[in-house]
Amino acid sequence: MNILVCLKQVPDTETQIKVAPDSKSIVTDNIKWVMNPYDEYAVEEGLRLKEKFGGEVTIIGVGPTRVTESIRTALAMGADKGILVDDPALTGSDSLGIAKILAAVIKDLDYNLILCGKQGVDDDYGVVGSNLAELLGIPQISIVLKLEVSEDGSTVKAHREVEGGILVIEAPLPALITAQKGLNEPRYASLPGIMKAKKKPLDVKTISDLGLDAGQVGESGAKIKIMQITPPEERGAGKIVEGETPQEKAANLAKLLHEEAKII
Amino acid sequence: MDYSLSMEHEILRKSVRDFAENEIKPVARELDEKEEFSYDTMKAMAGLGLFGMFVSEEYGGQGMDYVSYIIATEEIARIDGSHAATIAAGNSLGIGPLYYYGNEEQKKKYLPKACSGETLWAFGLTEPNAGSDAGNTKTNAVLDGDEWVINGSKIFITNGSTDITAGVVALSKTGTRKDGRPELTSIIVEKGTPGFEARTMHGKLMWRGSDTSELYFDDCRVPKENLLGPVGDGFHQMLATLDGGRLSIGAMGLGGAQGAFDMALKYSKERVQFGKPISTFQVNSFKLADMATEIECARLLLYKACWLRDNEQPFGKIAAMGKLYCSEVMGRCVNHAVQLHGGYGLMKEYDIERFYRDHKLLEIGEGTSEVQRIVISRLIDAV
Repeated sequence: MNILVCLKQVPDTETQIKVAPDSKSIVTDNIKWVMNPYDEYAVEEGLRLKEKFGGEVTIIGVGPTRVTESIRTALAMGADKGILVDDPALTGSDSLGIAKILAAVIKDLDYNLILCGKQGVDDDYGVVGSNLAELLGIPQISIVLKLEVSEDGSTVKAHREVEGGILVIEAPLPALITAQKGLNEPRYASLPGIMKAKKKPLDVKTISDLGLDAGQVGESGAKIKIMQITPPEERGAGKIVEGETPQEKAANLAKLLHEEAKII
Repeated sequence: MDYSLSMEHEILRKSVRDFAENEIKPVARELDEKEEFSYDTMKAMAGLGLFGMFVSEEYGGQGMDYVSYIIATEEIARIDGSHAATIAAGNSLGIGPLYYYGNEEQKKKYLPKACSGETLWAFGLTEPNAGSDAGNTKTNAVLDGDEWVINGSKIFITNGSTDITAGVVALSKTGTRKDGRPELTSIIVEKGTPGFEARTMHGKLMWRGSDTSELYFDDCRVPKENLLGPVGDGFHQMLATLDGGRLSIGAMGLGGAQGAFDMALKYSKERVQFGKPISTFQVNSFKLADMATEIECARLLLYKACWLRDNEQPFGKIAAMGKLYCSEVMGRCVNHAVQLHGGYGLMKEYDIERFYRDHKLLEIGEGTSEVQRIVISRLIDAV
């Protein structure tokens, strides 16, 4: 079973994000970049399926050279090879642009399953996976909590989280799955794994290698445009509920929740 | 000049950091409280590949450079000193001598299991009356036919009495040299050998989640071929082992200092007094600035020592400086960090309390700060 995992690099979730002076981007100096946490679930699921069915796991990333580190991390976890699309023309690509690039990489590959994280934790659009499945014309199941591939490797059954319940969906392979937190517990890159990853192949491609032209991707090919980024409002000070007895405090709390917070 | 680490080093740091935060942090405080060595975290650390890092792959090691080993130890120490001690002693003192001085047969016999973390080895050097004065070693070994007969005892031996300890290397006096000083020789003693006993030591101030033992040899007989290297090489082997070991103790100081700084910065940004986070008061922000500066210096010094070692250049002087400086920087950092935590820093529910205790060993173990200053004084031709 050949599995492709699409990977994005995002700022470490502990990084303090600052809006750049242009109000349309963030300050990237001193940011620590990591593999998107949802993509870690996708990598782990790919490795588990490989361990069960055999085959190869290929990691595909799009972005500047620094993304190599995240791809190598996935290789250190146990993936077999990596592909990075790195081209100055990619700057400013929207989700559809990224999906087009991924589709151009994938169309020449032999695969049974594509795994993506359900969304990048930086801009949170959550549509690259869906766009990619559409461009490839394959079934997609998003926000998956549990995945079962049939013994003969022909179909996939996925548990999908919906409001108040679980939806179980089946699709023929090849298909695209997007991973939700809870799908698995990703492994750490082990030290022997890190050493092995050094020798694993990692191809770097430009958009002309993929037969795309600059107008289809990057800022010029984007269908959406960021107008403004604003930091979230600062949290106000907390309030201590007054009252002589626990009963009185509870009554005052209920009153505040009803009259001020208007949530009950 | 190039100060950048390789991508593999960065991946290693992130992986070990995540591991330490998720697997060790949740249990470290309780293990310290109970003075208990955890076989669960030991197994997890072994699974990650934290034993045999600098050993070549043919003996089951990871074949990594020394910088990698130091970064891994640093990241574990950033979360817990006891676990870092298990790793530092396991690698530098347990695996190191077997790898560097063992013959082919010994390496094939002992290293694969030691590198997979299935077994631990200990280095028996310190004695009740031979601390800094290792030349005063009293444990002696006499050749009787095809066997060495060992008598004596060792103290403060890390990893010597765990359930998975496979054996110890005992530095023993085997005679007197021409210059009148003792002839010291390393001898391998496997666990279970009659006459050899290891007892766990309790009541420690620090590293309470690591294993510390006393070793007793009472007419303990081991085969003649259990010699580690030639007769009389023990003193030299010990000095070389400690040169490498100093780097790992340095890593524990560096990692511990970083952990203390991270806790202090976080706490002092959250703690509000007089209507403002206490980190904004200059008296406190200057403490944090000093800590950050000293940690940066400590890291540069320690990594330089590793770089020298990895590039097969003399590193003894810088290693002694690194051990001395990193351990003393941690001392200053934990002192500031507890001060910034105020009363809470004195309570066990805050990890900084443990760091404050754990730090003290670093100025004593594997050559006291005073001994490091003697070593450095000699290497700069001052004495």
